[in-house]
Amino acid sequence: MSHITIISEKCVGCKLCVGACPFNAIEVTEKKAKILDDCTLCGACVSSCKFNAIDFQKDETDASVDLSEYQGVWVFGEQKNNQVSQVVSELLGEGRKLADKLSVPLSVVLIGSEIEGQAADLIACGSDNVYLVEHESLKNYNDESYADIFVQLVKRFKPEVILLGATTYGRSLAPRVASRLNTGLTADCTSLDIDPETRNLLQTRPAFGGNLMATIICPNHRPQMSTVRPKVMKPLDPDPARKGKIIRPDVHIPTELSVKVIDIVQTLCEKVNLTEADIIVSGGRGLGDPKNFVLVEELAEVLGAAVGASRPVVDSGWVDYSHQVGQTGKTVGPKVYFACGISGAVQHLAGMSSSDIVIAINKDPSAPIFKIATFGIIGNVIEILPELTKEFKAKLV
Amino acid sequence: MNVIVCVKQVPGTNEVKMNKETNTIIRESAEAIINPFDEYAIEEGVRIKENTDGSVTVLSMGIPQVADLLRETIAVGVDNAVLLSDKAFAGADSLATAYALSMGVKKIGKYDLIICGKQATDGDTAQVGPSLAEKLGIPHTTYVRKIEQITENYIRCQRMTEDGYEVIEMPLPAVITVVKEINEPRLPSIKGKLKAKKTEVMVYNADDIGADKNLCGLKGSPTQVVKTFVPEHEISGEIIEGTSREQAQKLVQKLMSMQFMTCK
Ligand SMILES: Cc1cc2nc3c(=O)[nH]c(=O)nc-3n(C[C@H](O)[C@H](O)[C@H](O)COP(=O)(O)OP(=O)(O)OC[C@H]3O[C@@H](n4cnc5c(N)ncnc54)[C@H](O)[C@@H]3O)c2cc1C
Ligand SMILES: Nc1ncnc2c1ncn2[C@@H]1O[C@H](COP(=O)(O)O)[C@@H](O)[C@H]1O
Repeated sequence: MSHITIISEKCVGCKLCVGACPFNAIEVTEKKAKILDDCTLCGACVSSCKFNAIDFQKDETDASVDLSEYQGVWVFGEQKNNQVSQVVSELLGEGRKLADKLSVPLSVVLIGSEIEGQAADLIACGSDNVYLVEHESLKNYNDESYADIFVQLVKRFKPEVILLGATTYGRSLAPRVASRLNTGLTADCTSLDIDPETRNLLQTRPAFGGNLMATIICPNHRPQMSTVRPKVMKPLDPDPARKGKIIRPDVHIPTELSVKVIDIVQTLCEKVNLTEADIIVSGGRGLGDPKNFVLVEELAEVLGAAVGASRPVVDSGWVDYSHQVGQTGKTVGPKVYFACGISGAVQHLAGMSSSDIVIAINKDPSAPIFKIATFGIIGNVIEILPELTKEFKAKLV
Repeated sequence: MNVIVCVKQVPGTNEVKMNKETNTIIRESAEAIINPFDEYAIEEGVRIKENTDGSVTVLSMGIPQVADLLRETIAVGVDNAVLLSDKAFAGADSLATAYALSMGVKKIGKYDLIICGKQATDGDTAQVGPSLAEKLGIPHTTYVRKIEQITENYIRCQRMTEDGYEVIEMPLPAVITVVKEINEPRLPSIKGKLKAKKTEVMVYNADDIGADKNLCGLKGSPTQVVKTFVPEHEISGEIIEGTSREQAQKLVQKLMSMQFMTCK
């Protein structure tokens, strides 16, 4: 069985490994380190030891899969209302880089009903192939039928890398598919690369609410699957002259479904869709009073921005939970994020630290939000917000 | 109706700091807690039980100490607690976790619904619920914010999406993962606390649940962590000075010149 042990003769009790362990699973007693039960075998301690006193016995997973059979990079062409989601062009931008490094084609899997019209755009955005599966029963996303079809396609065409958006649908479909294929899946990645030697996908993602980054590989299984956080990867400029193929694979379309989508209700209008918004104005407890939250909404209105909020504001009922940004709310990555009266607790930062530009408005100069702010305004948010709204109104006509 | 709730132990704080000199992680040691999302899963399970008659069983895979946390859930209305604990489970990724949990579920036997939290706050993967459903060969719905109706053989629930929600119907047994909007967890009752003290947590190892050790823990995990590091937040920040008026004007000017604010 895999295990980590301390080689007692070499251990000097220096405690470096204690600091390196993200799980508090090492203790030093009587000048010797000891691995506790909490150990998750992550291996972080092994490289921290300057005395080679930590031994990591790893059972290799059975490499029963012939890795070389798998080729090509795939992107899941998530769509809603016959409109391909924004995240797909981001995945194509990143997928293009990975495919070029691997010298393999990049393909999109597009599942829907009467959706062929979107295929040309996907090719313009970087794809070499579009695997198109159309049927009237596939108009809306359905976990059961989409997973079934996706697995059929993977088994037939054997891609080595599959990227899906870390969206509601992507994060539901991906684990279902990976579990059926018994392969690895890394959630919510923020950076991807290829190890040229092994062709392994290097998947980097935040853990512990963004306080720790981890790079993860899937060395002995294929395909290597990741969900990728929206708004992090850069799309290519669409090139309508790009050439690509539309392939209509022959798949079995399951029609007797046990999971039924009865209704799709849109409660937030387009611009309030936090995860896809380019600009977000967020309010925190520093607004002091629920009636002041309207100042946030007014600025958002002028900018055509989405409205966000910190958790206390949501918990006190000033705004609906769907606006909450952070570890227990939504993860966002807009071009511009206004943090108004928000202190910048780690749990809040976890949801918004990948924003391009952060503007912090806070009266406390030592508030942690200033540490990640591109522009900081130290002052009273109640006075500054109306000024900003007025100023933008004047300039944006 | 018999409900199984999957519960994970997570660190009570996510504070991780970097010691720049030694390049090591400093973790505030904090007590372990039940993953916050799983509290909502437990509450929902208890409510279903109260409305339909039946039982709620919490199921966790973790180190022996997790038993104490599981016992506490008895105080809010849980009936049975099952802990899967074995060195063979250590180092499990979401696939190996889902496999072990699926074997635990089979050992428990009769169930109508499995409830998981939306995600665990340490790994944030949100993958175990759907992956578990697949291992059991039953349907799932993620991000459930409301159960509209549940009968002996079917459930209708609302799944939260980016811009609203969807109403989904599935036959039972099934897996749902829940968001915190679904309910307001209750506090433990005194009677419950007394009962918790007397309750025994069932602890099973890999053999007890008939799990294939090749599919458990690190060995059964296709993914491997190769590197961990504390992210650097760039501090390129610029403080804008002046009166409120001036601050607003300067900021707007800067943003306009970066051409982000062109749309209305
Ligand atoms: C498990 C867990 C999960 C969590 N998940 C989330 C999450 O998803 N999202 C989230 O946001 N939080 C989350 N939190 C809570 C988080 O730890 C913080 O408590 C929260 O983010 C603080 O919100 P805030 O910044 O609005 O309030 P505060 O921390 O109270 O900060 C208010 C700020 O406003 C400033 N201020 C006050 N008055 C004025 C004024 N007139 N003008 C200008 N500035 C002013 C103050 O200086 C202060 O910095 C979570 C916590 C836990 C334990
Ligand atoms: N070790 C575990 N034991 C029991 N349940 C778990 C475990 N890991 C994850 N879960 C369940 O799966 C949900 C999602 O966890 P994760 O996929 O790790 O983000 C959690 O909220 C739990 O309900």
